[in-house]
Amino acid sequence: MVPIQYFIGLSAILFTIGILGVLIRRNAIIIFMSVELMLNSANLAFITFARMYQSLDGQVFVFFVMAVAAAEVAVGLALIVAIFRNKQSIDVDQINSLHG
Amino acid sequence: MSLNDLLVNLNLIMPITILTAWACVLLLVDLFIPKERKGITALLAALGLLVALALVISRAGVATSAFNGMIMIDGFATFMSVIFLFSGLAGIAVAYDYLIRSGIERGEYYVLLLFSIVGMMLMAAAADLIMVFLALELLSIPLYVLAGIAVPRPDSEEAALKYFLLGAFASGFFLYGTALVYGATGSTALTEIVSATTSGGVNLSFLVIGAGLILVGLGFKVAVVPFHMWTPDVYQGAPSSVTAFMAVGAKAAGFAALLRIFVLAFPPLAMDLTPVLWALAAFTMIIGNVIAIAQRNIKRMLAYSSIAHAGYIMMALVPYGQGNVAADTVASALFYLLAYMLTSFAAWAVVIALEHNMGEGRDTDGLSLEDYSGLGQKQPALAAAMTVAMLSFIGIPPTLGFVGKFYLLRTVIEGGFPGLALIGLLTSLVSAYYYLRVVVYMYMRDGEPVVRREPWLYFTALATAVGVVVLSIFSEPLFNWASQAVLKLI
Amino acid sequence: MIPDMILFILLAIVAVTSALGMLLSRSAVYSALNLVLNFGTVAVLYLLLGAPFIALAQITVYAGAIMVLFLFVIMLLGVEQLRKGSALPWQQTLAIISGLLLLALTAYVIFIRPMTLPQVSPTQLGFGTPGAIGEILFNKYLLPFEVTSVLLLVAMIGAIVLTGKREPKTKT
Repeated sequence: MVPIQYFIGLSAILFTIGILGVLIRRNAIIIFMSVELMLNSANLAFITFARMYQSLDGQVFVFFVMAVAAAEVAVGLALIVAIFRNKQSIDVDQINSLHG
Repeated sequence: MSLNDLLVNLNLIMPITILTAWACVLLLVDLFIPKERKGITALLAALGLLVALALVISRAGVATSAFNGMIMIDGFATFMSVIFLFSGLAGIAVAYDYLIRSGIERGEYYVLLLFSIVGMMLMAAAADLIMVFLALELLSIPLYVLAGIAVPRPDSEEAALKYFLLGAFASGFFLYGTALVYGATGSTALTEIVSATTSGGVNLSFLVIGAGLILVGLGFKVAVVPFHMWTPDVYQGAPSSVTAFMAVGAKAAGFAALLRIFVLAFPPLAMDLTPVLWALAAFTMIIGNVIAIAQRNIKRMLAYSSIAHAGYIMMALVPYGQGNVAADTVASALFYLLAYMLTSFAAWAVVIALEHNMGEGRDTDGLSLEDYSGLGQKQPALAAAMTVAMLSFIGIPPTLGFVGKFYLLRTVIEGGFPGLALIGLLTSLVSAYYYLRVVVYMYMRDGEPVVRREPWLYFTALATAVGVVVLSIFSEPLFNWASQAVLKLI
Repeated sequence: MIPDMILFILLAIVAVTSALGMLLSRSAVYSALNLVLNFGTVAVLYLLLGAPFIALAQITVYAGAIMVLFLFVIMLLGVEQLRKGSALPWQQTLAIISGLLLLALTAYVIFIRPMTLPQVSPTQLGFGTPGAIGEILFNKYLLPFEVTSVLLLVAMIGAIVLTGKREPKTKT
């Protein structure tokens, strides 16, 4: 069996790449995909810990997270489609009628 | 779980059950209500909230857990539920005419509002991190949609997109934090986390980093510096009635979760977390108040003001790990949330009454400070309500904001952080400048403010303003009630 | 022991590469396809970790439904070509610094600091099967399950509200 910490390390790397994606990219769809990657890395951590503790709780959480991700995707993509209808752009920088 | 168990447990969380069922029924009923008469949906939604409120109050003494420890029905949950249900009622009252005049009236608005309140009530009662996560999503997703309900108005869409992306980002942090806490302790139930931690043998670095990530995730929700960047844009761009509800409800729910998680599950980590909380509170109070000074748009000013107030409430959380002060921590935070709710709705109701000409020219939308000139002569009642709200935000007697700040500062000093209390006091003095500027414009400048004469807006503004003053006189029993709420939490 | 380790290393390389591919691709379609590959790889890791049911759910829900929806929207909107260099310079630096810090922290916590993670024992029969998951889902986690159903309903309402037919008077 591969040591548990390798799996956790992999999940932490994926989580970091997800954060970087949100911070670096300006395209709403890519930012959104990076968020999905973050959720997915948390899932990997849950499954790993579930294996470590021999308890199914962690696996059930992943089940819930998948449902939440589906709900977020439905609303998020609906928003992006609604905006695109007006603007023809989903670049976060081009959406600048509100600025701090 | 057998059917009988299910019914027993559903009965334990009856207010939430009823509200969920009511929202589903309303969704269907709304189909049969003609387009011009969506006001009926609003009234029915308000009726559902009133029924839930009556149920919550009638069960105030109960303290029990339900659904295998997923939910904790106690004084804390009751107190927060009352706050959420009142903000729901006020949220409907300020939306009622505003939606019609903005041309965005839809029955789904009220249904989504109800679902969001269900999420908030679950969040305040959740006793398991996975339950907190689901409740957080259930309260946020309707808010994302509500922020964008004015599509195709560009500012509303952009507010919705920003709120959504930042909210989803924050959920990612919360979830990863939950995963690490689960990895460290083997459980996500708050009671088991604390018992595993005190019995030793847990991976402390996982636990501390997990708690930190949870703090980041919820920090985005309650808008503390440096996780506040989205707030001004979203508050300004979303329809004002949504902003009013979001500024109170989402913030209160975020703090409910923070309080319950930290006070119940993380006292053993207080050594590591207290300095972080201290810094968050201090920076939030300073930056929120200082940037608010530069704002000429009233919605942006109130957005920064709400950031600053998140800092004040955060201040109460700093001494959470000290057993003898922990009770006061929760009580003063709850009390301040109540004060913040009433004050905030008084201010937002006046803002909505003055807002006009949506989408035509940014300078004439009734949202800049100049638009408040002369309000004192033309609309003395509204100007008085706004004045009370501003005084309460600063913390000047006789208002609830003053009493709330007094309890907050007392808790912080008792907890041994006089420096933080001093920052709180000084930033309140700074905030007096921009709050009083609104009062100066209302009474000392001449102008022709354009005001909507809408009964529900007037009612909300005046009722909450009167509440802010009257409750400050009877604040003692109110604070005792908040303290009661706490004893059962711990 | 050894075959497991080799398999893990291969999968880890594919997972990290595809995640980086998602992050760095110019084209949104390539990003989405990289993410599909990443989700598929993670599903295989789930199998290694004794979670066959979740692994299949991962493929059908994530790699299947969710990513297909993403691809559908990308192609519907025709936004596969992205502007380059639009990120603010300080933001990119900041992001990279914070990313490196996070990685360093991870390495420290996982590999340098002595671990108190318990040793893993072999899974018992039936661990992670649909039956076992269903059992716990409908007992201990009944309320979260119900909340999830409400959540999906809300998302459905939300999507319809945002994209549905608009009133003529709100058109600008």
